[in-house]
Amino acid sequence: MRFTKDHEWVEVDSNGIATVGVTAYAAEQLGDVVFVETPAVGKAVKAGDGFAVVESVKAASDVYAPISGEVVEANAALGDAPETVNAAPEAAGWFAKVKLANPAEVDALMDRHAYEQYLQTL
Amino acid sequence: MAEDRTSDAAALKTTPLHAAHIALGARMVPFAGYEMPVQYAEGVLKEHLWTREHAGLFDVSHMGQARLRGVAPLSAFEELVPGDFIGLKPGRQKYSVLLNRTGGIVDDLMASRPVNSVGTGDDGLFVIVNGACKDNDFKVIDAELAGQVTIERLEERALIAIQGPEAAAVFQHYAPEAAELAFMDVRLMTAFGVDLIVSRSGYTGEDGYEISVPGDAADDVWNKLLSDHRVKPIGLGARDSLRLEAGLPLYGHDLDETVSPVEADLAFAINKNRREQRDFPGATRIVKELAEGPPRVRVALKVLEGAPAREGAEISDEAGAIVGTVTSGGFSPVLKQGIAIGFVKPGHAEVGTRLNVIVRGKSQPCEVVKAPFVPHRYVRKL
Repeated sequence: MRFTKDHEWVEVDSNGIATVGVTAYAAEQLGDVVFVETPAVGKAVKAGDGFAVVESVKAASDVYAPISGEVVEANAALGDAPETVNAAPEAAGWFAKVKLANPAEVDALMDRHAYEQYLQTL
Repeated sequence: MAEDRTSDAAALKTTPLHAAHIALGARMVPFAGYEMPVQYAEGVLKEHLWTREHAGLFDVSHMGQARLRGVAPLSAFEELVPGDFIGLKPGRQKYSVLLNRTGGIVDDLMASRPVNSVGTGDDGLFVIVNGACKDNDFKVIDAELAGQVTIERLEERALIAIQGPEAAAVFQHYAPEAAELAFMDVRLMTAFGVDLIVSRSGYTGEDGYEISVPGDAADDVWNKLLSDHRVKPIGLGARDSLRLEAGLPLYGHDLDETVSPVEADLAFAINKNRREQRDFPGATRIVKELAEGPPRVRVALKVLEGAPAREGAEISDEAGAIVGTVTSGGFSPVLKQGIAIGFVKPGHAEVGTRLNVIVRGKSQPCEVVKAPFVPHRYVRKL
C-alpha cells in the first residue's frame, strides 16, 4: 500500500488495477462519513484531479486522485453504508478501482513507514 | 483529501470555558472571533443524536449579552425591532430582529425581562445577540437609542445551554426553581452559589435552558452539569445541525442585511399592533411584503436523492429554471438525509412543491416541506 500527503492510499494488484481509498488518519479527521460520491466507471482521471467527495454532517471534502488512469469500478456498498469509510478506511471502505495509466506514479508515493513519519510532522 | 488549516489563533478571544474544552479533547476552531469547540472526541453525529435523546451541554459564551436600561427601555427598543415589547410581560422572553432602515435584518436576538421568583427585577431588557454581530449590534443600538437607553454589556458573563429531553431534569436538580419556567420564561435565580439569568429556551428545537452565569463560576456550573451521566458536551458542529433540523435560521447564512423578516418567514415576530402602527425601521417595505407577498421566501427542503445540498447550491424548478439558492444545508442525523434552508421565488414555496438542488453540477430532486424537519419539543405549558 502506498500513500499521498493528502491522505489517500493506493494498492495495486498484479493486473495493474489500483484500489484507492482514504487513510485511517483521514477518516478520523473527517468524522462520521454520511455520504460518499464515488467517480463514474469509465471516467479518465489524472493524478491530483478531484476524484471523489466525502461528506460528514458538517462539510464536504474533496478526495484527489493519487494516480492517473481509468476508473473501472466504484465501491457501490458505500451508497448504503458510507460509515464503512470510518469503520474500515483502508479495507472495505475503498472508493474506486483504477486501471493505471502510468505505474511509475505509484512508485513515487510514500510507503507506510514514510507516511507514518509524515503524520508525525502534522 | 483537502484539509482546511486556516486559523488566526493569535487574534482570537477565548471564553471562560476554554480550558475545559481543551481538557475534554475538543477540536477548537475560529468562530465569531473566538476559539470555540466545533466538536469533542465523539464527533458531530454522535453529539447530535445524544442531544436529541438525552442532554447536551453547549458553551455559547461568544454570544453577546447586555442589559438595556433607561426611562422607558421597552418603548425605546421598539424603535429598532418589529415586535411588541411594550406588551412583553415581566418574566418573559421574546425572539426578535434588529432592522435596518430598509427592513433588512441586522441581527436576530432574544430579549427578555428577567424577574426573580416574586416578580421583581429591574425594568430593563436583557438581550442576547449573535457573537459575530455583537459589536455592531450594540453600536447600532447605542447610536439609534442615544439618550434613551444605556447599554451594559455583560462581557464577563458566560452563557451555557443545556438542551435535550433530559436537560430539564438535570438542571432542575441544581436549580429547582427552574421547574417553574415554561418555554420562553426567564428568571433571575440563585443556584450553584451564584446569580444566574435563566431562560427556558435554546436553539436546538429541544426542551432546555440557556443559563447566563458569572464568568468565574462558569467552570463550576459546567463541570457540575457535566458530572451527570445524562449530559455530554456538544460542539458548534452539532449545534448547527440541530438548529437546522429544528428549521431555525442562522444569521450570516439564512439571514442578512438584505433579507426582510417577511422573506425569512419570521412574520410571527412582527406583532399586529406594530403592523398597524408602522413605526419600525423599514416598515414601508415590510408592510407591503405582508400585504402583497415578498419577492423571495424562505423554505425548508428535503433532499430526496443524492448528496446533501449545502450553502450556495442553486435551486431549480422541474423545468430546470433557477428559482433560488440554498442558504444553509447539510445532513440530518435524525432523518438520515439531506436537509436545507433556502430562498425561492414566490410560487415555488408551497409545501409539497418538487424542486431540484444542484450539487456539483448534478440536479437532485428535493421537496419543499413544512419546518421544522424534526418536531420541536418545547415545554409550553407546565
